[in-house]
Amino acid sequence: MELELSETLQPVIDGLSENYPDKVIEVYQSSGDTFVRIEVDANIEICKYLKEEHHFIYLADILGADRFTSEERFEVIYNLVSLRDRQRLFVKVWLEEENPEVESLTSLWTSANWLERQTHDMFGVNFVNHPDLRRIYMPEDFEYYPLRKEFPLLGIPGSIELPSSTPDTE
Amino acid sequence: MGIENSLSEGYLTTKVDTLVNWARSNAAWPMPMGLACCAIEMMSFAAPKYDSARFGSEVFRFSPRQSDLMIVAGWVNYKMSHAIRRIWDQMPDPKWCIAMGACASTGGMHRCYGVVQGCDNFLPVDAYVSGCPPRPDALIHALMKIQDKIRTEHSVKLDT
Repeated sequence: MELELSETLQPVIDGLSENYPDKVIEVYQSSGDTFVRIEVDANIEICKYLKEEHHFIYLADILGADRFTSEERFEVIYNLVSLRDRQRLFVKVWLEEENPEVESLTSLWTSANWLERQTHDMFGVNFVNHPDLRRIYMPEDFEYYPLRKEFPLLGIPGSIELPSSTPDTE
Repeated sequence: MGIENSLSEGYLTTKVDTLVNWARSNAAWPMPMGLACCAIEMMSFAAPKYDSARFGSEVFRFSPRQSDLMIVAGWVNYKMSHAIRRIWDQMPDPKWCIAMGACASTGGMHRCYGVVQGCDNFLPVDAYVSGCPPRPDALIHALMKIQDKIRTEHSVKLDT
């Protein structure tokens, strides 16, 4: 598919394919947004490049996705915004089902801390070198990852405790 | 002026139950457990247009120690359920509970792992109100049902 890149996004894509020809797997567009899929081990390197050379200083979001495929099942998506150029770029990595692991971006953006905790909580993705990788929504002793496809919609009965219906006796 | 005009000799006979229930049913002070958009309708229920003061329930008490009627208005997630139950346990007996709206009654559209599918899973609910959100009239109807329930209770007998 032919890419229709804006004047400000064209140099970004050109720079990426020039400097990281082995690390950029594909570039495509969908619904008016531009997506770049990269190798898992290059995420810090490439994000640092985008931040420092192309002014993508704002990490708007980190998402997870369960593609439910037999290979490279999980996806982590970084939503980067350049406030100067008014551009948005989605950077994706694909992870294996067994022990999905990716380097944490907290060294580049402090905001990645909670966003990565959320992705960890919902999908069980392990962010290496994250300073505080605890669950953020679910109880700490919760054993499942709710947004994985195999997790039932209504949850596992009894997996989260309800309050006792007999009053405390103290 | 008041009741003394109709009492020529200055006394009347009644049952303690009737007197107590009359007093209780006309002063059911709500504990507002406003968790979502139903809380807006709950505010309207107390505001002048619908005027729950006509039923003696205008005093929303934000202290569980002073309230008799918990109105669970909105969806309840598992984290919040512990706080609600704790507040419910802090309310002095006798107490009543209204599950307001589809979410508080059944989980409603929040059919997911994080939301308790009906607050009757951990609270003894006396009245359910349908609607999403219910109109204030519907909440008044539930309050009237609670009043009917209070009037038929046997508090003296229960205490022995």
